[in-house]
Amino acid sequence: MKAKVHVTLKNGVLDPQGKAIHNALGSLGFEGVDEVRQGKVIELDLADTDEAAARAKVEEMCKKLLANTVIENYAIELSA
Amino acid sequence: MKSSILVFPGTNRERDVAHALVRAGSAEPAYVWHHDTSLPPSDLIVVPGGFAHGDYLRCGAMAARSPIMPAVIEAAAKGVPILGICNGFQVLCESGLLPGALMRNAALKFVCRDVTLEVATSDSPFTHSLAKGHRMTVPVAHHDGNYFADPETLKALEDGDRVAFRYVDNPNGSINDIAGILSENRRVLGMMPHPENATDPKIGRIDGQGLFTAIATALEGAAA
Repeated sequence: MKAKVHVTLKNGVLDPQGKAIHNALGSLGFEGVDEVRQGKVIELDLADTDEAAARAKVEEMCKKLLANTVIENYAIELSA
Repeated sequence: MKSSILVFPGTNRERDVAHALVRAGSAEPAYVWHHDTSLPPSDLIVVPGGFAHGDYLRCGAMAARSPIMPAVIEAAAKGVPILGICNGFQVLCESGLLPGALMRNAALKFVCRDVTLEVATSDSPFTHSLAKGHRMTVPVAHHDGNYFADPETLKALEDGDRVAFRYVDNPNGSINDIAGILSENRRVLGMMPHPENATDPKIGRIDGQGLFTAIATALEGAAA
């Protein structure tokens, strides 16, 4: 199975990188962008074939290492 | 005083800390490699600065899950004082020994210069001989020193007198100008600035020496 983990900053956590991207988009002439938040995507290639087992494993990876839950949220996307 | 200094791939201030500790009267510290799983008998554990594991994923994230860390967490539970400087502060936050997180500097730039700090509490083994309000000028060198904690955590830190140092002129956007914080039992200190790099008249300032002298007297006193 393949897993895609999306790690994003929690609401209320200041995102200076997102702000910088927002400014750069503004200076390129892109209008109507209200906010930009930057996150990261981590792709995993897993030996598991069972979706529930894979999800449980990736969930644990997120809690232990992939995300810092003090400042970040994560979302897991699985595909065959 | 017996000290242990953790070394991860990418750590680079371990010798600077050792020099500062020896100047303050410590025996030659032991360097402990991240793959080790036990610590020598230690009155003090230091997590020094650098760029452990290249700062990949998040600063300190992988170092905080190193084989040595369970021993450090166990020592902390027994009350062994732990000092984390710069990347070491990031490691202590990632390991859960200190609350909050260090984020990208608000101005997005790496900041490398001298900053002035104010001692915010004398109530710790690290600051007991420094008066509250005492000012010291020491270097900072970091890209991710912007301290963040949620409102409840911040309130607990402030109400518990657990902010150890504040910036006089905030270089990185840290909430409440926080430069260093203490654990609930006041035995773990994490700080972004580098007091160890201001301890020898040969390289200029010695403002950082007071912190290491305070640690040495607190721990010698405890051992006696």
